[in-house]
Amino acid sequence: MQFRPILSAMRRNKVGAILIAVQMAITLAILCNALFIIQQRVALSERPTGVDDEANVVVLDNQWVGNPPDQAARQEGDLAALRSLPGVQDAFATNSVPLTDSGSTEGISLHPDQKTASARAALYFGDEHAIASLGLKLIAGRNFNADEVTEKVGYTDLKSPAAIIITKGLADKLFPNANAVGQSIYDDFSKGQVPIIGVIDRLQVPWVSAGGWGSTFNDSSFIVPFHIVIPFPVLYVIHTQPGQAAAVIQAAPKKLFDISRARVIGKTRPMTALRTEIYKDDKGLVVILGIVCVALLAVTAFGIVGLTSYWVAQRRRQIGIRRALGATRNAIIQYFQTENLLIAGAGAAIGIALAVSLNLWMVSAFAMQRLNTGYALIGAVVVMLLGQAAVLWPALKAASIPPALATRAA
Amino acid sequence: MFRYYFRLGIRSLRRNMVLTALMIAAIAVGIGACMTALTVFRAMSGDPIPQKSSQLYTPQIDNWSPERPPGDSPDHLNALLSYIDVTAFMQAPGAKHQAAMFATLLSVRPNDPQQKPFKANVRTTYTDFFPMFDAPFKYGRPWSATEDKNHSAVVVLTSDMNNRLFGKIVRLDSEPYTVTGVLDDWQVLPRFYDLQVQPFGRSDEIFMPFTRAVDKQMKVLGSIQCNGDGGTAFETLLRSECIWLQFWVELPTAADAAKYRAFLNNYAAEQQRLGRFHWPPHTQLRNVTEWLRYRHVVPNEVRILILVSFGFLLVCLMNAMGLMLAKIMGRAGDIGVRRALGASRAAIFAQCLIETGVVGLAGGILGLALTALGLMAARSLLSKNFVALAHLDWTDTTIAVLLAVGATLVAGLYPTWRAAHVQPAWQLKAQ
Repeated sequence: MQFRPILSAMRRNKVGAILIAVQMAITLAILCNALFIIQQRVALSERPTGVDDEANVVVLDNQWVGNPPDQAARQEGDLAALRSLPGVQDAFATNSVPLTDSGSTEGISLHPDQKTASARAALYFGDEHAIASLGLKLIAGRNFNADEVTEKVGYTDLKSPAAIIITKGLADKLFPNANAVGQSIYDDFSKGQVPIIGVIDRLQVPWVSAGGWGSTFNDSSFIVPFHIVIPFPVLYVIHTQPGQAAAVIQAAPKKLFDISRARVIGKTRPMTALRTEIYKDDKGLVVILGIVCVALLAVTAFGIVGLTSYWVAQRRRQIGIRRALGATRNAIIQYFQTENLLIAGAGAAIGIALAVSLNLWMVSAFAMQRLNTGYALIGAVVVMLLGQAAVLWPALKAASIPPALATRAA
Repeated sequence: MFRYYFRLGIRSLRRNMVLTALMIAAIAVGIGACMTALTVFRAMSGDPIPQKSSQLYTPQIDNWSPERPPGDSPDHLNALLSYIDVTAFMQAPGAKHQAAMFATLLSVRPNDPQQKPFKANVRTTYTDFFPMFDAPFKYGRPWSATEDKNHSAVVVLTSDMNNRLFGKIVRLDSEPYTVTGVLDDWQVLPRFYDLQVQPFGRSDEIFMPFTRAVDKQMKVLGSIQCNGDGGTAFETLLRSECIWLQFWVELPTAADAAKYRAFLNNYAAEQQRLGRFHWPPHTQLRNVTEWLRYRHVVPNEVRILILVSFGFLLVCLMNAMGLMLAKIMGRAGDIGVRRALGASRAAIFAQCLIETGVVGLAGGILGLALTALGLMAARSLLSKNFVALAHLDWTDTTIAVLLAVGATLVAGLYPTWRAAHVQPAWQLKAQ
């Protein structure tokens, strides 16, 4: 294929060619940045919480009306009743679970007189049922013993926990070169020395937003062996047998109201529902960007079809002459395809530069991550293929121009 | 003349329906995407309290030392305040109104025993809250400063909550509270004075004295962040550097604000002298507008969407420009004849421009329909944090049409210029 005639034809039609090239460049820049954001959001919303089977872990929040004096006993009764429900494997009470966007953090220190904490971590209350109820994986050490669990009454109770279980993420941060089990830490709220008795593989902090609170210590959490006794909402976490979640969601509030009606029960739902709700915006952004990408490709494709059709119409006579002089249909099709390839190539080159600078700007303005160059290359290939596909119809129309046209008067 | 050109324009557009439809569709899609993003952005970046947004301030103070754990806050300032500092600020003179506050969640037992108890969002604050934020009263009045001082069991209800509860006494967490007043419809979006939990979604339903809430050690709805002292135990919370409170102050003039800034710095210097801070004063005073920007109330996602959609519009316009060029140059012959028959360049220019304007107008109107569709989609795809209050108003409609016509005209300038420079003689010869 000869480029010379194509180039000289393009020189006479500069504006059209430039318009298509710039259009493709912008399309490419938006496309690969959008794909990159989509990939990041999908990865963000698919991060594991450490809970083994979110569809079968049911969470409900219970708040007593008033401040009954026997809350600890009531809670114990509630949990025993929940554990005896058919389809329930285990249950425990806590202050927070992952995917709720609300919870507490504590600074963890390695020495009692440290001015700034060594690490920040999310605090979960629990007991010997916590690991089984959430379906967490204990990778070192042991679970709490029943005699380590004490009541933490109200907000004024300042005793330090008898032991704690921490996540692997926190363990790696505190003791990068040593086994965490057997070591001790000092927590913010009691200042007491607390031995680490176990390490769990993962338990995500309650906060999920990219770049928001918790994003810098997403895998740092710890469980303290306290029964939380406060006149505020407490979460009951129930691990059901596979497939029993729906039945338990029906039965659990009913059972609790049978025990006492002086309570407010919030939503009862599986953790999969929490996940859907908390990542709604990320999923929404993915869908919207996806739609924009498709629309963008469609608009660019139609633009190429329109302009190339116009060029074909403009050159009907010349094409007829070429055909009369012996050019095959394929030669005509190839002409338009090569022409488009040249324009798209130029567009892709500009587009990659544009994509990278757009990303760099977003990195500084929105604290986004750097674009993986693979995305720019994928985008370039997509845009060039799109050009080839879009040009095919006008090119076929051009190829069908009869050679006899050359013999007719203009 | 205009009407004649307009008729010519319409006729020319009808001659090549496919090309015309493609142009209008391209502009409409671009405008639709852009306006959807822009409408959401405008709704989210609106001023929640326009009459006072430059007179209401919230102070910030670094009470956590400059050597804090990495990743906390880039400017070493917190978005919340400690009880120690808030107590000091409440004693400070010089403010027209001032109020400390935090949110809590209480169970409400309706007076009708048939109804189940439910939870309500409660704002605990001081009596100044109401005049400071221009909250209008339907019945009654705010509680008094004396009641603040006496930690009294009094509440102000929103009119919705009043309709639900009905009665002079309400029972919150089983304790009776006297209703001193009921607010008229009052909504600030975003809830600038506490941006923590769903600033565009949930609103406060019951208001009660801060002093009472502290007495009763009510649960803090929002975050409590601590930096190595105390913890979530309420009594230590009051003595610690933990941050969990909001504080707002009304300073009517710039001079008042300057004075308050000086007070803040003196206060921080005093704390340093007393040995509480071992670092030089680091404080900040921001008004509502500055505060909303500082706290990124408009999420980055919305900004990304704006960027993407404007890039999209640009592509759509270039597309329309290419098609217009094709269309106008396809009519070079006609233009040549008109020029030969005496039409001036200006006349050709005007005619083509009007034709372009018609395309832009049609694209704009179709684009508006697409915007309405886009907003519906956005509302179902995104949470209330994004699109709670986004709806098309007259300003949006005007912006859309002007943007469509304006952008199309700009895009049409080059094709129009080319049309005006068609050589009549050359065209006639070619025929």
